[in-house]
Amino acid sequence: MTALVSIRQVIKGYTRGKQRVEVLHAIDLTVEQGDFLALMGPSGSGKTTLLNLIGGLDRPDRGEITVAGERIDRLSSGQLAKWRARNVGFIFQFYNLLPVLTAERNVEVPLLLTKLTSAERRRNVAAALELVGLADRAKHKPAELSGGQQQRVAIARALVADPTLLVCDEPTGDLDRETSESILQLLKLLNEQQRKTIVMVTHDPRAAQYASHRLYVDKGSLTAAPLGVAA
Amino acid sequence: MKYLPLIWAGLWRKRARTVLTLLCVVVAFGLFGMLHGFTAAIDGIVDAMSDTRLRIMSRVSIMEALPLAHRQRIETVRGVEGVSYYNFFAGYYQERTNGVQVGAIDVATLDAIYPEIELDPAYVEAMKRTRNGGLVGEDLAAERGWKIGDRIPLGSAVWRRKDGAESWDFEIVGSYRSPSGKVPTNELWVNYDYFDEARAAGNGTVTLYFVKINESEGAAAISERIDALFANSMFETQTQSEKDWLRGQIGQIGDIAFFVNAIIGAVMFALLFVTGNTMMQSVRERIPELAVLKTYGFSNTAVVSLVLAESLVLCSVAAAIGIGIAAAISPAIYRELGAGGLNLPLPVVSMGLALAAVFAVVSAALPALRAQRLSIVDALAGR
Repeated sequence: MTALVSIRQVIKGYTRGKQRVEVLHAIDLTVEQGDFLALMGPSGSGKTTLLNLIGGLDRPDRGEITVAGERIDRLSSGQLAKWRARNVGFIFQFYNLLPVLTAERNVEVPLLLTKLTSAERRRNVAAALELVGLADRAKHKPAELSGGQQQRVAIARALVADPTLLVCDEPTGDLDRETSESILQLLKLLNEQQRKTIVMVTHDPRAAQYASHRLYVDKGSLTAAPLGVAA
Repeated sequence: MKYLPLIWAGLWRKRARTVLTLLCVVVAFGLFGMLHGFTAAIDGIVDAMSDTRLRIMSRVSIMEALPLAHRQRIETVRGVEGVSYYNFFAGYYQERTNGVQVGAIDVATLDAIYPEIELDPAYVEAMKRTRNGGLVGEDLAAERGWKIGDRIPLGSAVWRRKDGAESWDFEIVGSYRSPSGKVPTNELWVNYDYFDEARAAGNGTVTLYFVKINESEGAAAISERIDALFANSMFETQTQSEKDWLRGQIGQIGDIAFFVNAIIGAVMFALLFVTGNTMMQSVRERIPELAVLKTYGFSNTAVVSLVLAESLVLCSVAAAIGIGIAAAISPAIYRELGAGGLNLPLPVVSMGLALAAVFAVVSAALPALRAQRLSIVDALAGR
């Protein structure tokens, strides 16, 4: 297997008021192509910060981040935007769909930046919605869909541009247990059948069981097991 | 075009707010069209007035009459090609409050120096044959429902008949039109000779002379010659081209263009806050959505363009509706102002649409800047 994500000695901090808080301390991480990695840890541990760096939403203060062969820590804001459009699909806890657009228009959003024709975009959107089992909800607006259906639309949106990497921030955090399982099974299916590399942040140990690997972020450092367990 | 659903959906996120803002812009640009159209109509009226036709009145006041005998002397002035005359009648129909514009004229000479007027020669002949005949203007006929053959009893607030009666009986023998709209057609013309013989006072005088001149001689020079002819007499004259006279009359009201620009400026300034506030609220409410767009690869420029495009669509559509309404109702207003045949001038339309575009960009500038600067991570975290 080849490394899709390679993180070397990454340090990231934020300024809160007059204080500088270091959130990630010299992190090293490798995610193989086709892997399904769950990042776990308590609130404020830095897992979402790490996920944002992997997805190119934020830049490290120091260190190297290489994703899909590209040193994304060196890219400008505009280059990073283009890179994200080509390589990453994002799934959020609260779906973050555009409420005024129908499901199919929401799914189409990432394709608007491509050179695909209208017919090609429609075809890809239909295929993505079919994949997540929502072909019959294409014309519905988010408010007309259940939480699970909205998250499926968000997954279709993340998939439609055929990205190499899916980053998921608490994808089941807002869903009941039954719906969560169906979403996680869908993610697992995408990982196993579509060979999508998935990095998922979750609090939920049950959700983490669907991943092929689990890592723990605690106080800005990565460990193979929760600190209490390792001790 | 592919971004249109995004722009459109953004606009209608809060329907009530968008509709109210749209109405504000429609009203403002409707006003813009009407007021600018009004000044354009006035310019149109002035332009329509002739440079080669002079208007002579008493130097003292329009209320002072001039002797009819001036006519022969005016005709001798170099550059004068024709002279006609006119007397105000101050007419009313049935009640004094129901005014009717009536002028006592010499139909043959008036017809000769006013080529803009479409007057059937048969009507001219009918006027000559019928001493109490009248020619009704197209607009007046339409307004009152008067037609050829009607006998119209009119009173005059100024002129009594020799027999002491206030009532004058006229028979409509023809009508006149002004296809170019340059001459108002809201008047009844009656024979001066009949009127002058019948009136109890002021006989042998007129209110105005109209003079057709040779263009090459120049209106100003001929005006000076005419006024010089009667200088230091009991009946001094003031001669002006029709255009100069009207310009002077309008000038007495004040600087209309300044007033119009001041009103429109104030309205637009206030409107800027309305649309600016709408765009600001719209962007503020959509910070997480804009962050999602950026997450999926929309560049800062693309997000700014979306916000500007929304503002542009809102302002342009509303301005087009407002100016469209102004264009639809302006011709009727111009006609009332005596500038029939005019439409809302194209420069006013294009200036309005250009202003709407500038307006859209200015009102969306701050919200667009905010959208450009938003940090994806902070916006998604709700910070």
